[in-house]
Amino acid sequence: MIDAQHVKPYGDTLNDGMVQLSFTLPIPLSSTAKEAARQLVANMGLEEVAVAHAEGISDTFSFFIVYGKCSHGVNVAEITVPEVTLEVLPKKEIDDFIRTHLNRKLNVVGACIESDAHTVGIDAIMNIKGFNGHKGLESYHEIDAVNMGAQVTCEEVIRKVYEVKADAILISQVVTQKNIHIANLTRLVDMLEAEGVRDKVTLVVGGPRISHELAKELGYDAGFSSNTYAEHVASFLVQEVKRKNVREIGKEQVNL
Amino acid sequence: MKKLNLDQSIIDRGRQYAKQIVDKVQEHIDAHSTVTVERSVLRLLGIDGVDQAGVPLVNGIVEELHSAGVLGKGVMYWLVNGILNTKLSPQQLTECVINREIDLVQLPRVSEQEIKNTAQRLAILSLQKIKERRKEREELIADLGKGQEPMLYVIVATGNVYEDAIQAQAAARQGADIIAVIRTTGQSLLDYVPYGATTTGFGGTYATQANFQILRQALDEVGKEVNRYIYLTNYCSGLCMPEIAVMGALERLDVMLNDSMYGIIFRDINMKRTFVDQYFSRLINGYAGIIINTGEDNYLTTADAIGSAHTVLASELINEQFAFRCGMISEQLGLGHAFEIDPQTPNGFMYELAQAQLVREVFPHSPIKYMPPTKYMTGNIFKGHVQDTLFNVCSIMTGQSLHLLGILTEAIHTPLIHDRFLSIESAKYVFNNLRGLTDEIYFRQDGFIQQRAQEVLEKAISLLEEIADVGLMQALALGYFADISRTSEGGKGLQGVIVKESDYLNPFIPLILKGGNGND
Repeated sequence: MIDAQHVKPYGDTLNDGMVQLSFTLPIPLSSTAKEAARQLVANMGLEEVAVAHAEGISDTFSFFIVYGKCSHGVNVAEITVPEVTLEVLPKKEIDDFIRTHLNRKLNVVGACIESDAHTVGIDAIMNIKGFNGHKGLESYHEIDAVNMGAQVTCEEVIRKVYEVKADAILISQVVTQKNIHIANLTRLVDMLEAEGVRDKVTLVVGGPRISHELAKELGYDAGFSSNTYAEHVASFLVQEVKRKNVREIGKEQVNL
Repeated sequence: MKKLNLDQSIIDRGRQYAKQIVDKVQEHIDAHSTVTVERSVLRLLGIDGVDQAGVPLVNGIVEELHSAGVLGKGVMYWLVNGILNTKLSPQQLTECVINREIDLVQLPRVSEQEIKNTAQRLAILSLQKIKERRKEREELIADLGKGQEPMLYVIVATGNVYEDAIQAQAAARQGADIIAVIRTTGQSLLDYVPYGATTTGFGGTYATQANFQILRQALDEVGKEVNRYIYLTNYCSGLCMPEIAVMGALERLDVMLNDSMYGIIFRDINMKRTFVDQYFSRLINGYAGIIINTGEDNYLTTADAIGSAHTVLASELINEQFAFRCGMISEQLGLGHAFEIDPQTPNGFMYELAQAQLVREVFPHSPIKYMPPTKYMTGNIFKGHVQDTLFNVCSIMTGQSLHLLGILTEAIHTPLIHDRFLSIESAKYVFNNLRGLTDEIYFRQDGFIQQRAQEVLEKAISLLEEIADVGLMQALALGYFADISRTSEGGKGLQGVIVKESDYLNPFIPLILKGGNGND
C-alpha cells in the first residue's frame, strides 16, 4: 500500500527509496576520490551508497555514477502546486468563441525578449506549423498573431502592443543562466505598468524553466512550461477574454 | 564513394543557378561598404584599444567620418592622409583623433597617388601578419597532427574565459578535436566588439581579441600534451562579422561560424548590411586559412526537416558560391546541416541517411559540418543520449567531417563537464565500432534512400532556379529559408551601410583577391 503521507522513490520494490546520481568532483580519480564521492552522497541523506562507476575525466576531474537509498519520504497529501486553471478547448471552439464574443480578431504579440536569442519557444507556440503536430497561433482564423522573434527589447514590444492594439502579450524566456530571465521579465512588467497598459492586456510567459507560480510572483497572468502547445495558450487567452468581459460589464452596471 | 546515383548534370545546373544568384548580389556588395568593414580595415592596421567610455577606438574614428558623410572614400584614405601629414603611426594618430587633437577631415590633402602607395604598403605589411599565423598553424599541424574525421567538435560556454580555458583543456584531454566557445547571448546585435578578457556572459562568453588569445594559448598548451593540434572555433557573425574575422585571423582561430545569410534570417540583421559584411569577412577568413561553418542546420530548427530538406541544400550551394567569390576553396567550406527529423517519424533515420549522404556527395571536397539533434531533445537525458547515438551512427556511415557532438542535456543547460565527457566517449565508441562500415554499404538502386536523395536534389535545384529568377533579396523577403521573411529595408544595421565613391580606397580587397587562398 502506498502511504500518501510518506512517498519514497521506487526502484524495484515499494519504498526502497532508490535514487541514481551522477556528478563530477574537481579532483583526480583515486581511491580517496571514490570514497569522497560516497561520503558526499551519504551526507545528502542517502543510505547504502554504492559508487557504481568512477572514471577520471581529464587529469583533474573525476566522474561518478552513484546509487543510494533515500530515507526520506514526502507527504503528497499536503502539497498544492499553483497551476493555470484551464479548460483546454479545441482550435475550432477557440475561433468560434472569439468570433461570437469579441466580434473582432484577438490581437496577440509574442517575443523572446532582451538578451535571449532563442526563438524555439515562441515559434512553437506562434508559427503556423507549431510543434509536434500542434498548430501555432498564426493558424487560428480569429487570432492576429505577431511573432517578433528573439532579442526583442521591451521598448519594441510595447511599441508593437500599441501599434496592433494587442489583447495579449506572450513572452518567451529560454536562457535562465544567472537568473537573467527574472531581470528581463521584471523589466517588461515594470515598463508596462509605467505605461499604464499592464491591466489592459493579458500577459503570459513561457519557457522550459518557467512555472505558473514564478509567473504570478513576477506579475504575469500565467506561466507555461514544457509540453505546452498553442491550444493551451489560446484557451487561456479566450478564458481571460471571458473573465474580463464579465468584469467590465459588471463595472458598467455599477456605473449606471 | 558515390552511392546515390545522382545525375551530375543536375548538380552542375544547381551550381550555375547559385552562381547567377550570387553574381546579382555581388553588384550590391561591390558598390557598398559598411561601418564594420571600415572598422575591420583599422583593425587590420593594428589599431586596438578603447576610449575612457569603453568604446573601441575603431568605432570612434569610423563614427566620426560616417557622421561627417565622408566614409564613401574609405577610412583608409582618411587615415593614410593623416599619417602622411603627421608622420604618426596608425595607433598614435587614432589616439590623437579620439582625444580631439587632430581632425582627419580638416587636414591638408596629400596627393591621391601618394595615399594609394602608402595604403598599399601598409596593407601588405598587415596581411603579412595573417600569413605568418597561417603558416604557424600549418607547421603545428604538420608537427602534431590533428583529429581524425569525423572530428569531434564540442562547445564550452561558461561565460568566464578563464573557466572556458579549463573546460576546453579538459575536453581536449577527453578526446575533443575542435573547441568552440559559444558567444554570450546578444553579442551578435552589438555594433562594436567588446574589449579585453571577460568573466561574465550569459549562455556564453564574449568574443574579444583578448579572449581569443587566452583560449588559443590554452589549446596550444594542451595540444602539445595530447599530441594533436586542437582547433579553436568562434562566431564570425552578427553586426561585427568582418571585425571578428580580423581578430580570429590575428589570433590564429581555425574555424569560424560564418554564414552569408544566417544573420538576416535569424537575427533580423539588414540584408544589405550582411551581404557586404559577409564578403569582407570571408575574404579575411579565406586568406587566414580558416574553415568556415555555414548555418543551414538552423533552418531545420524552425522549418520541418523533411519538408524543407531541399532548402538546406539550396542554401549550401549559395553559401558555396559566396565563398568562392572571396577566393575561398572547397576545403575551407564547412557547409552545415543537422539531424533534426522528428523522432516519431517512421523511417526517420533513412531520411537522415539520404540527406547526409546527399550533402556529402554534392560537396565531396568540403569538410561538412554535421549538427546534432536539438529541436526534439527533451529533459529525458537518457533518451537524448540514444538520439545522439543515432546521429553518431549516421555521421560515420556518411563520412561527415566536423561532427558537433550532441549532448544529452541539450534541452536543459549548457554542457556540464561530464555531459561533454559522456558524449565524446559514446561518439568514439560508435566511430571506432563502425569505422569501416561505410565502405561495405551500398544503397539499393532506386531504393528509398536513392530516391529520397534524388528528390531533394531536384527540389533544391528548382528552388534555386526560382530564386535566380526573383533574386536572392526578394526570395528572403518571401520567406524561402526557414519560413522566415525579411525585407531589404528592414532589420538592424542598415544605417551602417555606405555607398562607395568612385575613388573608394581599400587595398585589402584587391590584395586578398589577388593572393587568393594560396596567399602568394
